[in-house]
Amino acid sequence: MVKFQKPAWLDNSLVRWVDHRLPVFSFMSHELYEYPTPRNLNYWWNFGSLAGIVLVIMIVTGITLAMHYTPHTDHAFDSVERIMRDVNYGWLIRYIHMNGGSMFFIVVYIHIFRGLYFGSYKAPREILWILGVVILLLMMATAFMGYVLPWGQMSFWGATVITNLFSAIPWGIGDWIVTLLWGGFAVDNPTLNRFFSLHYLLPFLIVGVVVLHIWALHVHGSNNPIGIDTKGEQDVIPFHPYYTIKDMFGLGVFLTFFALFVFFAPNFFGEPDNYIPANSLSTPAHIVPEWYFLPFYAILRAVPDNFIGGWTTEWLGFIIFEAKLAGVLAMFGAIAVLFILPWLDRSPVRSSRFRPMYKWFFWIFLIDCLVLGYVGAKPAEGVFIIIGRVATAWYFIHFLVVIPLLAKFETPKELPKSISEPVLGGGAEPVVAASKAMEKA
Amino acid sequence: MAETEGSEAAEDGHVEETRRDFLQLATGAFAVVGAAAVAWPLVHQMNPAADTLALASIEVDISGIEIGQAIKVKWRGKPVFIRHRTPAEISAAAKIARDDLVDPEEDENRVKEGKAQWLILVGVCTHLGCIPLGTSQGETKGEFNGWFCPCHGSHYDTSGRIRKGPAPRNLEVPEYTFLNDTVVKIG
Amino acid sequence: MKIIKTLMVAGIFGLVASSSQAAGDAAPAPEHYWKHSGLFGTFDRGALRRGFKVYNEVCSGCHSLRLVAYRNLEDIGFSEAEVKRIAAEREFPSEPNEDGEIENRPGLPSDRFKSPFPNDNAARASNNGALPPDLSLIVKARIGGADYIQALLTGYKDAPTNVTVPEGMNYNEYFAGKLIAMAAPLQEDGVEYADGTKATVKQQAEDVVTFLAWTAEPELEERKRMGVKVILFLLLLTGLVYVVKRRVWAKVH
Repeated sequence: MVKFQKPAWLDNSLVRWVDHRLPVFSFMSHELYEYPTPRNLNYWWNFGSLAGIVLVIMIVTGITLAMHYTPHTDHAFDSVERIMRDVNYGWLIRYIHMNGGSMFFIVVYIHIFRGLYFGSYKAPREILWILGVVILLLMMATAFMGYVLPWGQMSFWGATVITNLFSAIPWGIGDWIVTLLWGGFAVDNPTLNRFFSLHYLLPFLIVGVVVLHIWALHVHGSNNPIGIDTKGEQDVIPFHPYYTIKDMFGLGVFLTFFALFVFFAPNFFGEPDNYIPANSLSTPAHIVPEWYFLPFYAILRAVPDNFIGGWTTEWLGFIIFEAKLAGVLAMFGAIAVLFILPWLDRSPVRSSRFRPMYKWFFWIFLIDCLVLGYVGAKPAEGVFIIIGRVATAWYFIHFLVVIPLLAKFETPKELPKSISEPVLGGGAEPVVAASKAMEKA
Repeated sequence: MAETEGSEAAEDGHVEETRRDFLQLATGAFAVVGAAAVAWPLVHQMNPAADTLALASIEVDISGIEIGQAIKVKWRGKPVFIRHRTPAEISAAAKIARDDLVDPEEDENRVKEGKAQWLILVGVCTHLGCIPLGTSQGETKGEFNGWFCPCHGSHYDTSGRIRKGPAPRNLEVPEYTFLNDTVVKIG
Repeated sequence: MKIIKTLMVAGIFGLVASSSQAAGDAAPAPEHYWKHSGLFGTFDRGALRRGFKVYNEVCSGCHSLRLVAYRNLEDIGFSEAEVKRIAAEREFPSEPNEDGEIENRPGLPSDRFKSPFPNDNAARASNNGALPPDLSLIVKARIGGADYIQALLTGYKDAPTNVTVPEGMNYNEYFAGKLIAMAAPLQEDGVEYADGTKATVKQQAEDVVTFLAWTAEPELEERKRMGVKVILFLLLLTGLVYVVKRRVWAKVH
């Protein structure tokens, strides 16, 4: 049994004076220091705090960049180059922000896959999961708008393609929305200006949702690798110093990885075409979104021309669904299924460690996402079309067919009684557990 | 149970603790250094950028300025007056007694040695920042034949010193060097 | 299992990253040695100087370099006096005079490189309708980077018999579509190098590509220097934190 060591500074008279009036210190102590956390968390649990830190890095570098950036089509590209060439350490701040965006998605995708593998989305953490999906959506909107700001060829054409998608909404509503988004008849200066405003705003909304996300987390505490609820003091340890130091180690490893890109391969995740100033009269040979959008881009393009169109026209007559709309719906649907995952998966077992069949399907799903990402970068020709369609179909089959069926037909492995049980081989008695711990020491 | 645990730690742990504390101290120190190294670029990026600093000094060709004429140039975002003084203007400036001056200063300290005919001043009134008149053709030079600030009526003499009006100090003399007889570098 | 997963992710990354070495149907650019590549790379100073000469005497007739200022040349070894002279070679419009007219003044170090044409239309008119791109970022703006530009500049040869080259176009297998409006810009001994280096086409290309690699990434040397220090620092700090972590967790394990 590990007891929390209350730090001396909490007894300081100034701290107590403030705390009596606004309990910030005791609040922080409770949520960050004493906070009981399962003792068996592995390194896949580091990615939540990493995501929070990357968010802070993005906001700080973003605000400093905004001191030098000009959101006007005539000056945007040049203002970014001025940052790179003339502003003190401008190149460093820009590259940190640019690569930080990619890092943010790497960290968050791993964080999400951790949740999928260990069943962190299951009761009572459904709202925690949903808030996470909301954060993902906000991140995608923020990243999309951010990429437009340098006003390179990809910025402009990516914005054109994606905003044009909304015209797929039928009955004239789509066109109205697109004109509203553009502020004109095409992506142009009004669009750039408002994207800058919203790109600055959204991260603070993300901060708000992150607060809710952590609040929801702290109600029931973290899940853990075996997915068994904590049953008593023998199953938990205080967050400080154990997970504070472990998170700092994870941060060190992550920052090293991040620094390798910033200093030695700063354009690895980018597209050369974006170093060409935007030209509305010249479309690049291949319009490619940033890598973290590629799976969704593949899904968007996967829907064949006569998919829903032919069928519905025949049966419904007056409603025309274009393949474009079906593609858009599929793309948003790919995120929508995440929202309802806690209700698709009815298996009472959380962790894949005890779900041998689900584990296989998890890895197949991961490979499917990587395949979708690969296809998204390729031109929509030849063999890539068929692979993209199969991978897209499988994506939805995984969530809508496989997962519900597994809940019915899978035989899970025998679950351990508690977190401490595998280690101490006994019951849940705290006293017994403590003596065993001493023996090991 | 807890007592045994505690004393056990105290006995064994004394040397352990010192080593552990040093390690934690060293790690903490490293982390602080790292944090400072990260903070500095975020602060320094607000300092003037390279293109701003490139305009920190300008070179002006004064060969075209006739005796009695003056020009205005832009330097660091502000106007600078360059006046080619007549001998009469120079002697008028030298003759003034210190007691008559609001902000006493010798004329010879406001020009370069051997180049007393060149008066170079920052053209910003020391009262509240307007640009005094008197440089271009036809502009009034005020009662002391130097400059006159129309905003609140400050009069400057042929050395750019404040003589009458609310301004507290003489017009500022910027840092400048003569690269040769026809080119002066300001800043 | 985790190792397999990590390897798969890395593999897909690698596939995507390496899968586009050439645009369209162009031949992929062969790899070329550059002194500035790698973790500890620095620009070849001699090449930068020679490369600037090639740009100034050959390329600047059609290609602008508008993101570079003359004063930036001081960072690659040109003296203040040389920079002033280079800048003053060109004329720039001044501020409007008292009559509202714009006069010409000689260039200053703070000016950016003057474009050969006043606008894109003028550039096209002088080049058969083709627009010579600005070269400030060209090395970062093309797949294959410096290798590609090197291959392009040295890759002009007679078209194979089955390819018709229209009037005003030239055959170059490294260019997307293989037909490029720019004629071979470099000639043997087209430039006279002050340091006596023989100005072969390959040499001129290497020099101007090194120069353009610098114009695209003037921060490269500082970035790599800082990178080495940062990575070493982080490895050290992470190592220390790891040891502390193990000590802290010893009680729990």
